[in-house]
Amino acid sequence: MQYLRMTPELFIQYLFAGITYGIIYAIVAIGFNIIYNTTGIINFAQGEFVMLGGMTAITMTAFMPMPLAIAVAVLITMVIGALIEMVFIRWLESPSVLRMIIITIGISILAREAALHTWGESVRALPYFIGNEVTSVTILGAKISPQVLWVIGVCSLMVAGLSLFFKFTSLGREMRACAANRRAATLCGINAKNMVTLSFVLSAGIGAVAGCVMSPITYSDYEMGPNLAIKGFTVAILGGLGNSLAAVAAGLLLGIIEAFSVSVLPLAFQDAIATSILLLILFVRPHGLFGSSEAAGLKEF
Amino acid sequence: MDLWKRYIPVLFLLALVVAVQLITHFTETSYYLTQLTMSAYYSVVVIGLCVLMGYGGQISLGHAGFFAIGGYLAGALTTHSLLPIKSHGLVAFLHKIGLLVASKDLYGGDLLTVEPWAACIVAVFTAGIIALAIGGPVLKLKGHYLAMATLGFGIIIFRIALASAYFGEADGISGVPSFKLLPGLEVSGSFGARVLNYYIAWMVVIMGIILLLNLIHSRVGRALRSIHGAEEAANAMGVNTARYKLYIFVLSAVFAALAGVLVTHYNGGIGPSEAGVMKSVRYVAIVAVGGMANLWGALIMGIVLNFLSLRGVFGSYDDAVFGVILIVIMLFAPEGILNINPWQRLKSLFSLLAAKPGENTTE
Amino acid sequence: MKRVLSSVVTVVISFCLVAGFSPVSAAKAENIKVGAILAVTGGASFLGGPEARTLEMMVEAINAKGGINGNKIDLIIKDSGANPEKAISFTKQLIEEEKVFAIIGPSTSGETMKIKNIVEEAKMILLSCAAAEVIVNPVAKYVFKTPQKDSHAVQKIYGTMKDLGISKIAVLTGNTGFGNAGKGQLEKIAPEFGIDILASEVYDKKATDLSAVVAKLMANKDIQAVVNWSIVPAQGILAKNMRQAGWDVPLFQSHGFGNIKYVEVGGAAAEGIIFPAGRLLIANSLPEDNPQKQLLVRYLIDYETKYPEDKVSTFGGHAYDALTILVAAIEKVGLDKEKVRDAIENLQGVAGTAGVFNFSPQDHNGLDINSFEMLTVKDGKFAIYHK
Repeated sequence: MQYLRMTPELFIQYLFAGITYGIIYAIVAIGFNIIYNTTGIINFAQGEFVMLGGMTAITMTAFMPMPLAIAVAVLITMVIGALIEMVFIRWLESPSVLRMIIITIGISILAREAALHTWGESVRALPYFIGNEVTSVTILGAKISPQVLWVIGVCSLMVAGLSLFFKFTSLGREMRACAANRRAATLCGINAKNMVTLSFVLSAGIGAVAGCVMSPITYSDYEMGPNLAIKGFTVAILGGLGNSLAAVAAGLLLGIIEAFSVSVLPLAFQDAIATSILLLILFVRPHGLFGSSEAAGLKEF
Repeated sequence: MDLWKRYIPVLFLLALVVAVQLITHFTETSYYLTQLTMSAYYSVVVIGLCVLMGYGGQISLGHAGFFAIGGYLAGALTTHSLLPIKSHGLVAFLHKIGLLVASKDLYGGDLLTVEPWAACIVAVFTAGIIALAIGGPVLKLKGHYLAMATLGFGIIIFRIALASAYFGEADGISGVPSFKLLPGLEVSGSFGARVLNYYIAWMVVIMGIILLLNLIHSRVGRALRSIHGAEEAANAMGVNTARYKLYIFVLSAVFAALAGVLVTHYNGGIGPSEAGVMKSVRYVAIVAVGGMANLWGALIMGIVLNFLSLRGVFGSYDDAVFGVILIVIMLFAPEGILNINPWQRLKSLFSLLAAKPGENTTE
Repeated sequence: MKRVLSSVVTVVISFCLVAGFSPVSAAKAENIKVGAILAVTGGASFLGGPEARTLEMMVEAINAKGGINGNKIDLIIKDSGANPEKAISFTKQLIEEEKVFAIIGPSTSGETMKIKNIVEEAKMILLSCAAAEVIVNPVAKYVFKTPQKDSHAVQKIYGTMKDLGISKIAVLTGNTGFGNAGKGQLEKIAPEFGIDILASEVYDKKATDLSAVVAKLMANKDIQAVVNWSIVPAQGILAKNMRQAGWDVPLFQSHGFGNIKYVEVGGAAAEGIIFPAGRLLIANSLPEDNPQKQLLVRYLIDYETKYPEDKVSTFGGHAYDALTILVAAIEKVGLDKEKVRDAIENLQGVAGTAGVFNFSPQDHNGLDINSFEMLTVKDGKFAIYHK
């Protein structure tokens, strides 16, 4: 078992694998949070946005250069997000949580089946943005695919952009107002319903971007959604539901735990880690690692 | 009088069960009974879940997990031969007290396996204990948290089934023997035993229904309804809501596990797909379509939808159909398909369409 | 009471619906009904999809030519979604209601093992498209299978390793029935070839990143080669992660790599992968006198003309072989089930996509180790592997 020894290169290699995945989980978790904050709904179809983004972009590359294809795919996914909200959510009057859970699960199944019957069962991938499948750059002795840097870069930019949006634009402030107190926001003349639609558009958009940048590394297929959604939800809970910056920290934490687990645990258990963490955190600290139980108590679960 | 009213539907069901068998017998279509038997077993899961969801107000996205615990344990115990460890003290003891049976496999090899009755009790008991153990922390959660925790439980069971060699990994368990309930009465999928098994399955369903009907009309049922309505108020009135929730959770898990045991013996095997998340979602879908707090609705939809699905009527759109059903029912008829008053629905739909966008509409 | 009434109405209506859905049976007495239980959707759809498409294409062609000895084929495809309970239900349905002549499929070993007893009891010919050896070992009278044996694939791989002087390897497998069976054979046969398995890992079939495990294995300098036994997408992801990390030991894959699409998504990382496969993938470069050549080229052209979206794969080939064998047997002895079963058992020298089938009462698979060819990926194409 001499190869279990941790060398600096191995450490960096694990770290990058962890960060790549962590940031993708974080993006999915932020998608959950944006919708949760404005509506109180957990959108179980969040993983499907990632899938739709990637798959649409792959189809589009046949007709246009890749950057344009990605932009179009993200736009299309955003429109789908808006449509989902308008068709299934908008006109329901204070639906029960149970009803919303079931509806979003239904949407997730439908999106998946639609993808299966549109694109078939085969696995696809976008080409690498720079270089090809075997290109790598050396960082601190570890060999990393440039696409990994793309994923980390683009996702970090999105996180930064989103926090700027929520802090400094009036639209972002209105959305936050709705999240804090919907009735008061409505009284101030904010159209809460439009804010909800916007939250679906935003979270579909960031999901789609993540789906595109990760596609060369992880491939895309019609059933990639649920796995991502479960990881993303774990991260959202871990950080405290509704708290997007904490979600980034929690996402990186989960990603890195998963990557390093390979050195001690058989690979077969890697996927059980997230589920175990999810159950543990739900039983012990349902308000998340970084949230306060007091604030969580005020929210309706 | 009240009691009489409660059991009329049961008698009706009994008559219907017999009538269907007779009709299929005389029209020589008794092959329908195969899928009706399987659907009946799946409906046992559904009615248990219905009481948990409809009356207890607790969602569970992990009931396929309990079904799988029952099915997998019963399947593994009655299939894996203990001959190689025959000399072990425990095995010898179990053999002596008659809990093991010797048999021959399809190719003449000798087998020494656990007696199905013993395996069944172990399996159902295990499911009950697990439900009791996780029920405490899980049922403290509400809404999305509860949904995710039960989903997580289901995923873990699925992973265990998929990862352990004892449970056959991705291939599952096959060659599960038949289950002799009583002399001359055995759960088996062989073509000759079809009519008998149809009645066995339906007897199980009817006994389950009677048990649950009594339950929801008892003190427990009233307490459960109060939980669903207003948990805090119920708590303040001195109803121990946590205990009742746990009780009903364990009961529904036992129902699911029992169904798992019987289906596994009937099918002669079980695979990991029975433990999958999609299966759990299906059970929830069926309860929702039947109208959450409607035992008869859940039973009917359980039979109808499973029957159609097992016959392959939906072709490769099977999952899609369940997705559509989930959405449509939850959007337009959250009270279930049997409680729709079509005329009123239509009217409210029109008033909705007539209303200007953004304006509040009353339903 | 109203509720009970409406319940009854619902039940009655749904039964009428079902009756309406059921295909009218025994309308055309001359037709041969062939049932197929395939995982067209679900986790094994990469098998069931091409299998279903292949069967549809073949039946269309056979019927257009006037059928087998003048009898047309009625193909009934049931999508099990890789669920054993559905496969069981469908098997009984096909046997009793549809009264099919024979059943092709299921796509996965788990499903096949669950219906094995049922078809034996009903004396129904089953031509399985699943790979596991337990399907035909021990031999069941009515059960046959068309894919090559895993053990032959392993022997081919180990043989090649021996030629290359490799004796210390790492084994990676997916947690599917296919991966599991492969792992068993790899471990069982290794001593015969003097091969040491230094590390063995099982990963989830939906794994999207294996760079961490690659880093771990790479740290062991003794490993001379990696064998990966899984299906998409992991087999491509592993190749990429290995090459990105700069680990250039030979990568061997299983016969599950048999679709050019996997090479396409693997891109440059797929170059140099060595794997055993049937000759379908290199049909065009076979010598003219190869007994399979004509058939392979025809299947390839037919399939890719009919389904331009898809590429021919060895998986679809398993269904192709199943129907070819059935047709060959029927052509020989006519429409008597027992005689057809006997005929299949005695078929000799029937060329299929997987190899040349030579059945016997002891061998219900009929393929020998020569049905495999070691292939490699060269310039984005499959080519015969030479040392």
